[in-house]
Amino acid sequence: MSVDENTVRRIARLARIAVTEEEVPPLTKDLSTILDWVEQLSEVDTENVSPMTSVVEMEIKMREDIVRHDNLQKQVTQNAPQSEDGFFTVPKVIE
Amino acid sequence: MTDLTKLTLADARAKLVSKEITSVELTEAHLAAAKASDKLNAYVTLTPEIALEMAAKSDARIAKGDAGPLEGLPLGVKDLFCTEGVRTTACSNILDEFTPPYESTVSANLWADGAVMLGKLNNDEFAMGSSNETSRFGPCLNPWKASDSDADLVPGGSSGGSSAAVAAHLALGATATDTGGSIRQPAAFTGTVGMKPTYGRCSRWGVVAFASSLDQAGPITRSVRDAAIMLGSMASHDEKDTTSVDIEVPDYEAALTGDIRGLKVGIPKEYRVDGMSDEIEKLWTQGIDWLKAAGAEIVDVSLPHTKYALPAYYIVAPAEASSNLARYDGVRYGLRVQGDDITDMYEKTRAAGFGEEVRRRILIGTYVLSAGYYDAYYIKAQKIRTLIAQDFKEAYEKVDVLLTPTAPSPAFAVGEKVNDPLSMYLNDVFTVPVNLAGLPGISVPAGLSSNGLPLGLQLIGRTFDEETLFRAAGVLEEAAGYSAEPSTWWNEA
Repeated sequence: MSVDENTVRRIARLARIAVTEEEVPPLTKDLSTILDWVEQLSEVDTENVSPMTSVVEMEIKMREDIVRHDNLQKQVTQNAPQSEDGFFTVPKVIE
Repeated sequence: MTDLTKLTLADARAKLVSKEITSVELTEAHLAAAKASDKLNAYVTLTPEIALEMAAKSDARIAKGDAGPLEGLPLGVKDLFCTEGVRTTACSNILDEFTPPYESTVSANLWADGAVMLGKLNNDEFAMGSSNETSRFGPCLNPWKASDSDADLVPGGSSGGSSAAVAAHLALGATATDTGGSIRQPAAFTGTVGMKPTYGRCSRWGVVAFASSLDQAGPITRSVRDAAIMLGSMASHDEKDTTSVDIEVPDYEAALTGDIRGLKVGIPKEYRVDGMSDEIEKLWTQGIDWLKAAGAEIVDVSLPHTKYALPAYYIVAPAEASSNLARYDGVRYGLRVQGDDITDMYEKTRAAGFGEEVRRRILIGTYVLSAGYYDAYYIKAQKIRTLIAQDFKEAYEKVDVLLTPTAPSPAFAVGEKVNDPLSMYLNDVFTVPVNLAGLPGISVPAGLSSNGLPLGLQLIGRTFDEETLFRAAGVLEEAAGYSAEPSTWWNEA
């Protein structure tokens, strides 16, 4: 199924990726080509088929539910583009 | 000195143990070769100080009689594996100068067994690509050139730096990852061995995530034995990855008995795709004859849903990628581009940080997961995946392994397919079904094309039966007697 330019603008917004107006037409074409191609899956009857949830059959592992105090604040924030006093900082969200 | 780079990992191990050579000598030889290989662009970060320090420690342990299974062997690491204190970027601008304060489980296993880190290797951005052309560091080149052209060729992808470095003798072996063929296709393009183990065999902890239900780490080496040695160290149960399996890692090297008498080898008829070149077809037939001559029984099998694997993959993988890559928001690590408000900051950061192919896949993934389309695309694709896994399961009631080509063509030129996503995706037609079903697969170099480029054959095994796969691959390797080497046109030493 093809997508139109408004749909591309909408999904770019959902994905939080800015696209310029010049980028919209080529992206629309690329995405439509790919979506048209995957459309062939509709040929397959999947009426009584369960969707795959785990690629290798295995039992879900359990672990102890314990609190750990590793004191990793420095390591956690050391790669942040902006941080202050061990906190991540972002533009003001609440007026 | 340069002769030391000609050794296989197994031979180098023997010479280290017998004290014929030292790890420092071996490591220096590989560092020198790597430094003279800028034209290939295989390494994105070379770590000579770390390498020489690790090598000296290895020599000390060997002297004390305290050597690990990989003691003193210099290896390259795909830039998708987090390495403590060494910049890790997944070859994406969005990770900027990210320097992990921790080590991936797979690489930690290698170092614990004594291996030496030479540096980080190029790959397609976030492992999304089949040519290593989407890297922020620019394309990595294939050491091989066609006999009838001087054009630069791609080393395959996404683990192009790994395959190029191993083929060009810039490392004894390299770690790689495979989501849809990213270990096996580059191995086929460069005349190397690429092993993707069963999903769950290697821990994914500390490996930059692309599509979590498909991603799996494995080695690229110059021989099947070397791959068996490396995987033995890479694989482990890890409580930090709940999908890593809690079963013993067998001695893969011991599986290389050279005896496949009575082994049942399946030939899936659906892999005879339209437009497959005569030479690929011929090589496949040759592979069948080799295994038959070694005592295997050849069985025709059918995997009826094969043609739907690639389109299903291009729903599942982008869907998981769009979710995994949501973490790159300019807050906790990596690039930040300032904006008018927080949403503007997210959007500008992600627009600047992601390359074209990654953006394309995030948008496809966002679309197929969005309200109203989830069932039609994502659930449909996961149902197809069930059917593909069932096809394999039925085939394995009759056979032990499957033999197919690895890729539909030899290496192609840089620039040839990068602007045509669909033709790029078709490179993975023989490898993608294996990931969708979580199976192990190995590519073995088996011959040269008419214009002198490496071609690979793929063996696919049962879940967690890497041993049989290694055994069959060893016989295939022996029969093919592949010993071709590229000319060293890139060498500036």
